[in-house]
Amino acid sequence: MGSCGAIIMAEPAPETILKVEDLAVHFPVGGYFRGRRSLPAVDGVDLELKKGECLGVVGESGCGKSTLALSILGLQAPTRGRILLDGHEVGAGMDRMARARIAQLVFQDPYSSLNPRQTVRATLATPLRLHGMTDDGEIDARIAAMLAQVGLRPEHAARYPHEFSGGQRQRIGIARALILRPKVVLLDEPVSALDVSIRAQIINLLLELKDAFRLSYIMISHDLGVVEHMSDRVAVMYLGRVVETGPWETIFTRPRHPYTRALIAAIPDPFGRTRGVKVTGEVPNPLDPPTGCSFHPRCPEARAICRERPAPGLEALGADHLVRCRRAAELAA
Amino acid sequence: MSAAPLLQVDDLRIDLALGDERFAAVQDVSFSIGRGETFGLVGESGCGKSITALALIGLLRPPLRLAGGTVRLDGREIQSLRAAEMRRLRGKRISMIFQEPMTALNPVSPVGRQIAEMFVLHEGATWQEAERRAVEALASVRVAAPERRAKDYPHQLSGGMRQRVMIAIALACSPDLLLADEPTTALDVTVQAEILDLVRDLCAAKGTAVLMISHDLGLIANACRRVGVMYAGRIVETRAAEEVFRAPSHPYTSGLVASLPLLGARAKEGRRRLKEIAGVVPSVAGFPHGCRFHPRCGRASDLCREDDPGPTPLPGDGLVRCHHHG
Amino acid sequence: MRIGANLVIGGTLFALVVIAGVLAPWLAHTDPVMDANLMNAEEPPGGAFWFGTDAQGRDIYSRVLYGARISLTVGIVSQLINTVIGVCLGLSAGYWGGWWDDFVSGLTNLVLAIPSLIFALALMAILTPGLTSLLIALGLTNWSFTCRLARASALSLKSQGYVQAAKVLGYGDVRIMVTQLLPNMLGPIIVIGTLGMGGAVLAEAALSFLGLGIRPPFPSWGSMLSDARDQITTAPWISIFPGLAIFITVLGLNLLGDGLRDILDPQGRAGKA
Repeated sequence: MGSCGAIIMAEPAPETILKVEDLAVHFPVGGYFRGRRSLPAVDGVDLELKKGECLGVVGESGCGKSTLALSILGLQAPTRGRILLDGHEVGAGMDRMARARIAQLVFQDPYSSLNPRQTVRATLATPLRLHGMTDDGEIDARIAAMLAQVGLRPEHAARYPHEFSGGQRQRIGIARALILRPKVVLLDEPVSALDVSIRAQIINLLLELKDAFRLSYIMISHDLGVVEHMSDRVAVMYLGRVVETGPWETIFTRPRHPYTRALIAAIPDPFGRTRGVKVTGEVPNPLDPPTGCSFHPRCPEARAICRERPAPGLEALGADHLVRCRRAAELAA
Repeated sequence: MSAAPLLQVDDLRIDLALGDERFAAVQDVSFSIGRGETFGLVGESGCGKSITALALIGLLRPPLRLAGGTVRLDGREIQSLRAAEMRRLRGKRISMIFQEPMTALNPVSPVGRQIAEMFVLHEGATWQEAERRAVEALASVRVAAPERRAKDYPHQLSGGMRQRVMIAIALACSPDLLLADEPTTALDVTVQAEILDLVRDLCAAKGTAVLMISHDLGLIANACRRVGVMYAGRIVETRAAEEVFRAPSHPYTSGLVASLPLLGARAKEGRRRLKEIAGVVPSVAGFPHGCRFHPRCGRASDLCREDDPGPTPLPGDGLVRCHHHG
Repeated sequence: MRIGANLVIGGTLFALVVIAGVLAPWLAHTDPVMDANLMNAEEPPGGAFWFGTDAQGRDIYSRVLYGARISLTVGIVSQLINTVIGVCLGLSAGYWGGWWDDFVSGLTNLVLAIPSLIFALALMAILTPGLTSLLIALGLTNWSFTCRLARASALSLKSQGYVQAAKVLGYGDVRIMVTQLLPNMLGPIIVIGTLGMGGAVLAEAALSFLGLGIRPPFPSWGSMLSDARDQITTAPWISIFPGLAIFITVLGLNLLGDGLRDILDPQGRAGKA
């Protein structure tokens, strides 16, 4: 490897903490005998998450973002492809305990994500014990520190979930996700189920914790405002595939894929300004996808070739900006 | 020349019975909607916006009860009409669409028939004629192949389609007022935009006024001409839609505007820390004494703790309830 | 905590039966098996014999008290066996799904198709009659309701966020089932268990009545009823008191079960939120 001394290195590029390579998850549907088809929830996804980064994954229903999240956490076996978490391959080989120490999840619904029969202390202490911590003093100290970090008080540890508000429950959920000091945290619509006036509290908290603990986030959300605010990079998914990915500013100010543009145009602007061309129609049934490019029936820029030939792989349109569209270069000009 | 408003609500009060106690879930709510106008009611969970709409259309059920105030439709008081009279109004003069179309539609009846029912019930049409008009109604809500879709059952349709069916049913008899309670919350973003455009276009064509209810301030500001912001059972601010974001008057409204990550904000101003509103949304059983927002308000003074502010008129047909507004 | 009338009345009745059984040696006047004096046969209630005597001259009061022991033992133990079998099968079937769920559901349907009393009867015919055999027979035949219930609860609970969270935190399947699912489904299972105890008491009475349960001369309420068949018109008290005892026990258990159901949901447990 390196020899001694005199090499002056530039600031090393942030390492990749999560790599998804050609991931596909196909669910069998239909009966045991005839009519057994395959639902491609995720159909060939490549992603990369760098340390300390927040990657926003956006898409509508049927795009596969939830299945993607479950696969990364090892809760869903992939049909094809592989996922590398901190260098280790997630899958049959990986020990679930080791995986638990690297990647954790914050849930969407604060009302069903906490065990109603466990106190906050029990919810936080059990994972610590499970992963080998035995000293009660150490456990209590870790819990107290974690609670303070998420904006709760030590006396909250003895209470049950139903004694807390939605925002507080979400804080407890965040504490639970961070108690094992993971490196990657998946945020599944972290503020969608919360009252609007307290969302800012949780968004600010998540950003602070990311810096304090040097975490890397994958945030799944349909709320583009939140995604724009929190993400460093964004990946847009449609029907199981990534159609565009790049830095947040590129995606939100210079989107190139017609679907990304349609998503942005669909957000109602409080000042009544239009943001672009909206699309009609609905997400097609993944069991019966359109021919060629899966977006063509709704695409305002579709041509005959889009119907006939499948969309190509992700192609670079600029530094770090990948788009899956046959006409992307043409449209950008 | 100002025409008399289509809907005039004054001092509406709705009580909620919990155990032996009675709480005012909605109190002193007054607003008006002009003919063909789109008015938005925006607020969070528990602020009372949905039950206000239910009160207008006479669908409050125990433990909720209309406990005071008047509702005037075209000058005529309707809040204490008998059940049979209210039924005649529903569908014909006032209609409502809901958040979850799957629970609002009859699962065992084809959608065409459910639309046709409206014509039979309210306009005395024959079933044959009604079914024909139902297909027309489906076409007007931009459903492709309406003759075939009319025979489908709700579960065979997608969420967006079901919502269109609900809109078709609600607007079948061209009512004067449409109440829309979070009509797009359960839908995908791109479908949301389409449905909102549809409601706007159809209601403009028929001259139907709309009361749109949502927790999404941006959506309401975009879709409505005037906005009423509700908090803890009261309307705390009524403004023209474009003013709500530009120059909010009530601390709650300005707090909300400052706390929401708006699309495009980071590109313009960089990532600023969102301004938080402290505290939690109070529940009906625990509305604070004095001004209901004072525990969370940066401008709260002793006066606010004691005295619930009355309405102060604002220029441009607005209204605010705050001792320290502006 | 809402303590309703059901809980109070049912609890009291059940407590009375438990006291009767536990303190039988002290409360009883005679030995229920040995003290049989044909001179006292078929005495009506009164005097030294509070409930009268039976055809063998035994004190019915004492026999009813000792009978409580048998009924309670049968009720509690057999229901415990039922619950353990039902919960183990149902919880695992609901959680794991797949072929195991198919197998357990098939088995449950099979057992449900056979009337439990007939099933127990058949088993008793094979095993030598006696308390242990009775416990085995009743324990092995009445678990299907609990199993169904546990399975349904597991199915609805396993999609809750906190179960997924436990998986992500590295919990193993068994730990999840025991620590996350089981505590959240206890309420209905306890209720079913209590109601099942009443059923077990009735089943014991029926089996003993048919001579397939507890054999005479042991004072099971069912066998007491059986013995009294011939004297129903001439000495009705011999049947009335054991019958009343069965009635009070089962009624108490049913009311207790209903009362427990009212207080055993999480909101109710902590009082008004």
